[in-house]
Amino acid sequence: MIVAKGKPLSQVVDMVSDRERILVAACAECVTVCQAGGEKEAVSLAQALRLWWKKAGVPWTVETATIQRQCEPEWVEEAAAMVEAKGYDAIISMACGVGVQFLARRCPKLRVVPALDTMFGGGTVAPAVWQEFCGFCGDCVLDKTAGVCPVVRCAKSLSNGPCGGSSGGHCEVSPDIPCAWVEIYERLLLQGHGEDLEGIVPPKDWSKASLGPRKVTKQGGGGR
Amino acid sequence: MTGRLQKVLEAGEFAVTAEIGPPKGADPAGIRRHAALLAPCTDAQNLTDNQTAVVRLSSLAAAVHVLGEGGDPVVQMTTRDRNRIALQSDILGAASLGVRNLLCLTGDHPVFGNHPGSKGVFDLDSIQLLDVARGMNEGRFQNGEEIKSPPGLFLGTTENPYAEPFGYRALRLRKKVAAGARFVQTQVVYDLDTFRRFMAQTVETGVAERVHILVGVTPPRSARALKFMANIPGFSVPAELIRRMEGAADQKREGVKIATEIIREVRTIPGVRGVHIMAIMAEDLVPGIVEEAGLYPRPRFE
Repeated sequence: MIVAKGKPLSQVVDMVSDRERILVAACAECVTVCQAGGEKEAVSLAQALRLWWKKAGVPWTVETATIQRQCEPEWVEEAAAMVEAKGYDAIISMACGVGVQFLARRCPKLRVVPALDTMFGGGTVAPAVWQEFCGFCGDCVLDKTAGVCPVVRCAKSLSNGPCGGSSGGHCEVSPDIPCAWVEIYERLLLQGHGEDLEGIVPPKDWSKASLGPRKVTKQGGGGR
Repeated sequence: MTGRLQKVLEAGEFAVTAEIGPPKGADPAGIRRHAALLAPCTDAQNLTDNQTAVVRLSSLAAAVHVLGEGGDPVVQMTTRDRNRIALQSDILGAASLGVRNLLCLTGDHPVFGNHPGSKGVFDLDSIQLLDVARGMNEGRFQNGEEIKSPPGLFLGTTENPYAEPFGYRALRLRKKVAAGARFVQTQVVYDLDTFRRFMAQTVETGVAERVHILVGVTPPRSARALKFMANIPGFSVPAELIRRMEGAADQKREGVKIATEIIREVRTIPGVRGVHIMAIMAEDLVPGIVEEAGLYPRPRFE
């Protein structure tokens, strides 16, 4: 899933300080799971904003709504109709960067701003702890690295084994980060495939990751 | 044209190289002074590439100053700051300026440097850079296009006998040799027991006979400096060495003595073909260390 985390309240306030009718829009998918942009977080952000503006002595309106999936046109369409009906002049999206852009594209006259910083493709590793596992590089190598991604789990994205800073099973960048190449090495040995470590892995094809916005179209896709 | 370092190594002589750290400014006087000091007592002089991710005068520009003082510069090149386009461009540029040696590295992570917010490039890793540089020597760019005037550089790399997983280090060095490394300069060696085990692995796996291994040596400046190093990931400093420094009346003198002893000791280890003296900010000590270690005068070539 996409993992995100909330921006500081003051930053969110600054983004909409000249607007009067504001919708805080939660998303019921990934950001709900990672407790950053679900209904619960939207309600508490709205409360915090009301309190902030009350102290400032301004009578702005802040309401909340949950959009099932902000990266899906059908759900966004439904939300846009509601936004129009209620006359909001700004939307604080609590979705990932995809959701913010879908809302902004559908409501081009409104100010649509992000309440979150979108972090990475990751998963839950402990209660209320999410970690990055995928960098969406478009060129998956997990078959060669025993299911451990060196592109995002190695701080230098090394393809050919650990650097000289691997120490005590940790990355040189932080003792809190396990060395991905130690994990790859140990798992390949465990599987009896140590020879996989011997070949020289050629340079990665980054054109699969950095040619502007990428598209995936299934056969017959694209509609009319 | 073959550089001095390559000649020394291929003649089977025990090589001596040293390191020069370029300044954090545009004045080349320090590089020139150190190059003049080191050229007569070492076979090649490494120019570090923004070491520890701190911005300094470029290694390639510094190498030109070393050439001007009659040295044989080793340009260090990390993949941290440049993609494959810039790396290949600088390799051609280095060769065009008369540089003969290239040391291929990944580099320290930017977070350790003085611009921690910069983006680490890491388009290639050190092994891929070696492979690309070897391909360039053979007349082709990384994309397969032909190079009409290949750079013909003598390629080296580093290896850290103290990094983990220990069982993988010699294998990884073998990969570097397969990728084109002709010489290797190791991480600073203080812990001789671990280093002997590492060398035994490189000899057993046949790596040592295919690459010239130069052992990294740094004269400890003080007991404090040693203790500091002992806590950096990838370093191994025996406790007894720290105690010895603490007990010394003149720590700087003792550091030189330790470096000299280490050089004499590693010369006896099978597979070791030279030493690389890293005395950054203490380059003035190098001639004395080379002489005390019995490695002066350096071999001459017609």
